[in-house]
Amino acid sequence: MIIEVTDLKKNFGRVQALKGVNLTVDKGRIVGFIGPNGAGKSTTIRLLLGLLRKDGGKAKIFGLDCYQDAVEIHKRMSYVPGDVNLWPNLTGGEVIDLFIDMQGEDPKSSRKEELIKRFDFDPSRKCRTYSKGNRQKVALIAAFSVESELYILDEPTSGLDPLMEREFQALVKEQKALGKTVLLSSHILSEVEQICDDVAIIRQGEIIESGSIKDLRHLTRTQFIVEAVEDLDFSECQGVYDVVKDHDKWYFQVDHRHIAGVLSYLGNYQVTKLETKEPTLEDLFMRHYEGDAKGGV
Amino acid sequence: MSRQPFYQVGKLLRFYIKREYVKLFTWLTGLVVTTVAVALALSGIYQSDQERQMMAETMENPAMKALIGRGFGIDHYTNGAMFSHEMLLMTMIVVAVMSILLVNRLTRQDEESQQLELLLALPIGRLAPSLSAIALLVITNVLLAITTTVSLTLLQIESINFLGSLSYGLALASSGIFFGAVTLLTAQLSNNQRGAMMLSYLVLGMSYIVRAVGDAGDLWLSFLSPLGILQETQAFVNNYFWPQLIILIFSTVIMVFSMRLREKRDLGSGLLADKKGKNKASGFLKTTPGFILSLQKVPLLSWAVAMLLIGLSYGSVLGDLELFLTENEIIQQIIGSANDVSLTEQFIAIILKVMAIISTIPMLMVFHRLKSEEAKGRLDHLLARPISRVRVYSWYVIISLISSIVLLSLGIFSLAGAGVYVLDTSIDFWTLVQANLVYLPAMWVVLSIMAVLYGLIGKLESLAWLYLLFSFMTIYLGDLLEFPDWLMAVSPFYWVPELPVEVFNVWPLITLTVIAGGLITLGSLGFIVRDVGQS
Repeated sequence: MIIEVTDLKKNFGRVQALKGVNLTVDKGRIVGFIGPNGAGKSTTIRLLLGLLRKDGGKAKIFGLDCYQDAVEIHKRMSYVPGDVNLWPNLTGGEVIDLFIDMQGEDPKSSRKEELIKRFDFDPSRKCRTYSKGNRQKVALIAAFSVESELYILDEPTSGLDPLMEREFQALVKEQKALGKTVLLSSHILSEVEQICDDVAIIRQGEIIESGSIKDLRHLTRTQFIVEAVEDLDFSECQGVYDVVKDHDKWYFQVDHRHIAGVLSYLGNYQVTKLETKEPTLEDLFMRHYEGDAKGGV
Repeated sequence: MSRQPFYQVGKLLRFYIKREYVKLFTWLTGLVVTTVAVALALSGIYQSDQERQMMAETMENPAMKALIGRGFGIDHYTNGAMFSHEMLLMTMIVVAVMSILLVNRLTRQDEESQQLELLLALPIGRLAPSLSAIALLVITNVLLAITTTVSLTLLQIESINFLGSLSYGLALASSGIFFGAVTLLTAQLSNNQRGAMMLSYLVLGMSYIVRAVGDAGDLWLSFLSPLGILQETQAFVNNYFWPQLIILIFSTVIMVFSMRLREKRDLGSGLLADKKGKNKASGFLKTTPGFILSLQKVPLLSWAVAMLLIGLSYGSVLGDLELFLTENEIIQQIIGSANDVSLTEQFIAIILKVMAIISTIPMLMVFHRLKSEEAKGRLDHLLARPISRVRVYSWYVIISLISSIVLLSLGIFSLAGAGVYVLDTSIDFWTLVQANLVYLPAMWVVLSIMAVLYGLIGKLESLAWLYLLFSFMTIYLGDLLEFPDWLMAVSPFYWVPELPVEVFNVWPLITLTVIAGGLITLGSLGFIVRDVGQS
C-alpha cells in the first residue's frame, strides 16, 4: 500500500473540512480523486503533503507519517498543483533545474530535455511572461523528470491545451507501465475515465464511493435508445427507469441485472433500431450528487 | 516536532541569494555610497571645531532630538559625533525597511502566492524556508556592517576611527536584523502579505515615535524602543557595544519563537483570524471611488492613526523646545540675533516640512495601487466592463489628492492642538495649520510625477519615490551639506514659503498646482492610448 488514509479529520476554525476520509492507494494503481469544488480534495492532498496538520485519524505514505516524515516522503514522490505560481525574475528552465536539484537528481542527466520537447516548452523565458498553461508545464516537467515512486497531481491539466493534455495522459500511462503509482485529482471526468484504474469520490469531507471503475459501472444503468414501429409499454418490465418518448424514439435506462430481461421483452416488438451506451463516470458522478440534492444531507 | 525540519537549508539559501542578490546589491550600494558621501561632505564643510560646535548648539534642542535622535559628545562635537548624530537614526530606519521588505518577500509573500507550497512539496524541511530567509537577512546585514566599517575607516577622517565605524556599522546591522526578525514574527501572525508588512511597519513606526518622545524629554522611554537602544552605541564618542548585543539577543529570541509558531501552524494560515465578510456589495462599494477606497481602507485608516500620533508627538515636543530656548541664552545669541524670527518658529518650519514629506507617502501609495492592480491583471476586470480608463485614472488621482489633504490635516491639527496646549508663545493654532497646508501643492507635484510616468509609459512610476526621497534629503541634509541652490530647487518643497518665518506668497503655490495639474492631465492622455497590462 502506498497511500493509507484512515478516518482523517481536519477543521478550519468551526468548519469541518474533512469528516473522516478513508482512502487507500495500492502500488502501481492510477487513482482518480474526484468531487465538486469545496468537497475536500485539495485539503486531503495538502494533508498528504504535510502542509497541514491533521485533527484526527491517520495519513501515511510509504508507511511513513505524512506530517512528521514529510521530507523522507517527498524524496520519493512528485507533486503538481493546479495553480502554479512562479518567481517572476527567474526563467522556466532555471525553476525546473532548481526543483530537480532539490529532489536530489542531476538536472543534466534527467529526462528534462525529452519532456521539454514533448511539451513544446520554451525554458528560456522569464516566469513572469508565461501563461497559465506554460507555468503548469514547468511543474509537470519538473515532476516527471525525476524518478519518483508516487505522483500526486492536483488538477494538473488546468490551462493545458488538448494536445498537451493528451501528452500528459500518455505520460501518466508510461509511468503506470513502469509500476509507478499516481493519485490524480481532476474535474475532467473523461480524463479520469481514460487513464485511471480506480476512483474515489469525495463529497462534503467524506469518501462516498470508491473502487475500480469497472466495478462502479455495475452500480449504474445502461442507456437504451430504441426505435420501434408500435408504442412500447414498460409497465410490466422490471428495472427500467426514466422512460422518455421523442417522436418515434424511446430513451430509457436499465439496471445492469435486468438487461437480459429487457432485451427479451423488446423481442415482442418490431424494433427497427437499438442503441446502448455504457454509463460514463459523469453519469455516476451526477447520480451521487443529484441523489443528494433530492434527499438533502 | 517533525523530523529533519531544516533539510536542504543550504540549497534553499543559494536559491534565495540567486533571487535576491540584484536587489540587495542595489540597497547595499545605495546605503554605503550615501554614508560615505555624507561623511565626506560633513567633514569638508565643517572644518574647524568652532563651526561644528555651533552646529551642535543648534542641534541640541528637543525638536531636533525628536526628529533625528539625541546626540552624544555634544560638548566636544567631533566629525564622528556629528556624523553619527545626523545619520545613524535615519540610516537605521532605512536598513529596517530594507530588511522588512526582504523577509516579507521570502516568507509571507511566497506563502501567499503558493510558491512555498511548491517548495515544501519537495524534500525541503518545514522550517528550512524560514531559516534560509533569516540566513540571508543576517548575511546582508553583516555585509552592510563590514562594508560600512571598512569604507568609513578608509576615509581617514579625523575622529572617524575603526572602532567608531565598527559600532556604527554594527548598529545599522542590528537594526536590520531586529526588524527582519519582527517581520518573521508578523508573517506568522497575519494570514496575508500586506497585513504582515503593515504590522512590521507599525512596530517600526512605534519604535520611532516612542524614541522621539523619549529623546525630546530625556526620558527613559527611549529605552523601550530598539532604535532608542541602538543609538546608545554612541558611535565615535564612546563606542559601546552592549546595545547591539541586547538587540541581537532579542532578535534571536523573536526568531526562535517565530519558528516555533511556524512549526505549529498550517501553511497558508495566520494566528490572527480573519473576520467573516459581507455577502453583498454595499451601494458604496459599487461606485468606482467606493471600490478604490475599499481596496485601501485598512492602510488609509492606519495612516490616519499614524499621522495623529506623529502630530501629537511632534506637537508635544514644541513646549520642551520653547522652554529650552528661553533658558538657553547662548543659542539665542548665536542664531536668534541673526534675524527677528524666533527660534521656535525656525524649528517648527523644519518639522512641518517633515510632516508634509511623511504625508506624501500614503498619497503616493494610493495612486501606486493602480499600477499593482494593472500588473496583477485585476484592472482588466474594471476595464472590460463599461468603465472608461479616464474614469479609473481620474478617481485614483482624486482619491490620492483627497487623502493627501485629509492626512496632512489630521497630522497638523493634532500637532497644532498639542502644540498650542503646551506652548506659551504667540503662535496660534491657525498659523500652524496654514503653515503646513501650504505644502499640499508641492506634495501634488510629486504625485503628478508618478501619474505622468504611469500614464504615459506604464512603468518607471516608482521614480516618484526616489524624487520624494531626494526632496527629503534636501530638507534633511541640504542646509547642513550646503547643497547649491539649483539642486535644492529641484525639490518642489523648496518653492513653498516657510510660513512662520517667511511671508505668505500665493504665486509659488499656484505655479506648483498648475505644474501638477498639467502633468496629471498629460498622464491621463497617455493612459487612454497606451497598452494596458503589458508585462
